Amino acid sequence: MSKIEDILTRYRSGSHESLIPILQDVQVEDGYLSEEAVVRIGAFLGMSTTKIYGLATFYDQFRFAPAGRVHLRVCNGTTCFVNGSAPVIAAMKETLGVEPGQTTRDGRFSYELTACMGGCNEGPVVCVGETFHTHVRAEDIPEMITKLKVLADLK
Amino acid sequence: MQFTIEVNSKSIRAEKGETILSALNRNGIMIPTLCRMQEYTPTGACRMCVVEVEGRERLVTACSALVEEWMKIRTHSPRVIKARKTIVELLLSNHPDDCLYCDRNLDCELQKLSDQLQVRERRIRGRKIKPRRDQSSPAIVRELSKCILCGRCIRVCEESVTATSIDFIGRGRATHVGTAMDRDLNFSSCIHCGQCVLVCPTGALHEKHYVTEVQEQLSKSDVTRVIQYSPLVPYALADELGVKYQRDFDRVLNAVLRKIGFEKVFLSGAGTDILIKELADAVEAARKNGEKKPVVISACPAWVKYCEQFFPEFLPMLSTLKTPQQISGAIIKSALAATEEKSSVYTVSVTPCTAMKFEARRDSMTRKGISDIDTVLTVRELARLIVLYGIDITNIDPEPADEPMSQRSSAALLAETAGGLTESVLRSLAIRAGGTESDKSAVKKLRSGNPFREGSVTEGDLTWSVAVVDGLKGFEKLREMLDKGSSYDLIEVMACPGGCVNGGGMIPAGSKEAVRQRSRFIYQADEQDAVRGPENSATVSMLYDDTFIQCPELTDRHLFHTHFSKRDVLL
Repeated sequence: MSKIEDILTRYRSGSHESLIPILQDVQVEDGYLSEEAVVRIGAFLGMSTTKIYGLATFYDQFRFAPAGRVHLRVCNGTTCFVNGSAPVIAAMKETLGVEPGQTTRDGRFSYELTACMGGCNEGPVVCVGETFHTHVRAEDIPEMITKLKVLADLK
Repeated sequence: MQFTIEVNSKSIRAEKGETILSALNRNGIMIPTLCRMQEYTPTGACRMCVVEVEGRERLVTACSALVEEWMKIRTHSPRVIKARKTIVELLLSNHPDDCLYCDRNLDCELQKLSDQLQVRERRIRGRKIKPRRDQSSPAIVRELSKCILCGRCIRVCEESVTATSIDFIGRGRATHVGTAMDRDLNFSSCIHCGQCVLVCPTGALHEKHYVTEVQEQLSKSDVTRVIQYSPLVPYALADELGVKYQRDFDRVLNAVLRKIGFEKVFLSGAGTDILIKELADAVEAARKNGEKKPVVISACPAWVKYCEQFFPEFLPMLSTLKTPQQISGAIIKSALAATEEKSSVYTVSVTPCTAMKFEARRDSMTRKGISDIDTVLTVRELARLIVLYGIDITNIDPEPADEPMSQRSSAALLAETAGGLTESVLRSLAIRAGGTESDKSAVKKLRSGNPFREGSVTEGDLTWSVAVVDGLKGFEKLREMLDKGSSYDLIEVMACPGGCVNGGGMIPAGSKEAVRQRSRFIYQADEQDAVRGPENSATVSMLYDDTFIQCPELTDRHLFHTHFSKRDVLL
């Protein structure tokens, strides 16, 4: 919680226009927006937590549960879709057992759907950290996850 | 400044600065609206009110666009009607087709629009919204699949109630109305006032129904079935059932309730009379003891919850007296149930309020796990019960209510408007000072309709200063005045603008003026009534001189008091 207080010192209490920058800072610091953080920010800015939550859920960049130790980004852009990203997403859901934006119970994995990552001619694209997996097929997913488990357990 | 605009090839007069919609309505041209609420700034979100303006490529929303001198408007051209119809068809495309089973069947704005625009087939098919029914609150049910995202509830909650418990959550197709962290309503800062229910155009928000529960209890032979109703209920019920209200209708209602199967019919107004008397005592005692803090009335359960969660520092000022409903409930469960098991007495209370449903379930309102009031019904629910039991209200002889709570004063009815309870207490203080009536001009000031009102009244050699918050929007002003050092003897806060006449369990009034109309009816009824306060109510004398002395539980009247504590919710 003290980290939040550090962030808040950089902003003026009650200035509603600081909301998004604060949310971004907190997300960078904590990896997600916790309930406590939202309540604290609300008190700091004099805003209802409902308003903050409503605004934050409008943007894809904010998450409300801690990300997994390995976080995957699956492209949901037009070209990847045409190249078959829908079965890939379905396989991801099936293998991990969670919806996009959620984290697996063991804390290893989370994934999100993103807009175009610029790999249109290599799609469907799945990005893990700095690594881009290209031409991903649904049947590749279980193996990919098994391999990544090792990485997750190292973290 | 007035000028002429052309509408549908005819000239009409329009006022500079008004919206197209207001000019049209004043000239007898009606166009459908959906997201619009009177007295709120327009958002133009639903596009239902679009009209064609010559020279403008796109259709214009009449609710938000201002009239201009050059305008030539077409309100019902084929293009306009097609646009409106398409909007309704789109709204229906992901709507559950369960109108027959819906709470708002035959009383739904979407249904009405779809009928008016003659939507007769499903032209657009969308993926249905996943049904999500939030029944967690004891007062209000949310059915998210029926929500058309007009945003009215959100605006009322933020701008009028100032609780801001709900907002749009998510984006695009996933958008829905929800609370902080998308929790269920019982975890939120919702104060159960029900203002959102009044403005919801569909069945997405409604009170929690207890009609089935009541029916079940009515069929049991081993319970004593008791009902009490608030002073405003007969008037509101007449409106809901489509009959003209006359003073006799109160007594007709007693007969109706007995026909349904209630053995005892009491007036919650007797509880209000007790509250008025006890409040007058409290105010006098505070003056006598030289206390600096005001008596803050806690008769509005929505206000109490608001205070508990947002302003716990106010709690020590709150009067510990219960609401009229709970005072009557305590009397019923003590005096009536003295001879029998408390659990075998089933009490129903009919109110114009949704927050009362929540209040009856508060821990501090139960004794050994048994609530003083078992079920709370809104006026709308009672109307349904009456219809369900097939009772022809036009053909029933009036009957008196039951002792010991068979009579109420007109002061009890007055308490159903914002400021009314204050007036009633002042009237009692005036009578105690040897007069008959409090100062008319001071009272008039308390009826102004502003969200915050204050005044001082001199009775005998004592001057009382009072403040009234009419709708929580006025609360900020009260805090400001208190911070500035204003001191009051009595403060009344009503969560709903206008008071109980605009309560969440009432029939939607639709406009501020309609709410005022209800208040005016009450003021008029008060003028004509013979019993104008607890002082000359035979019921009150009997309760204090007889019932409370006979019943050991009631003798020290501690059952009329409760306690409040800070409430932790997501604010």
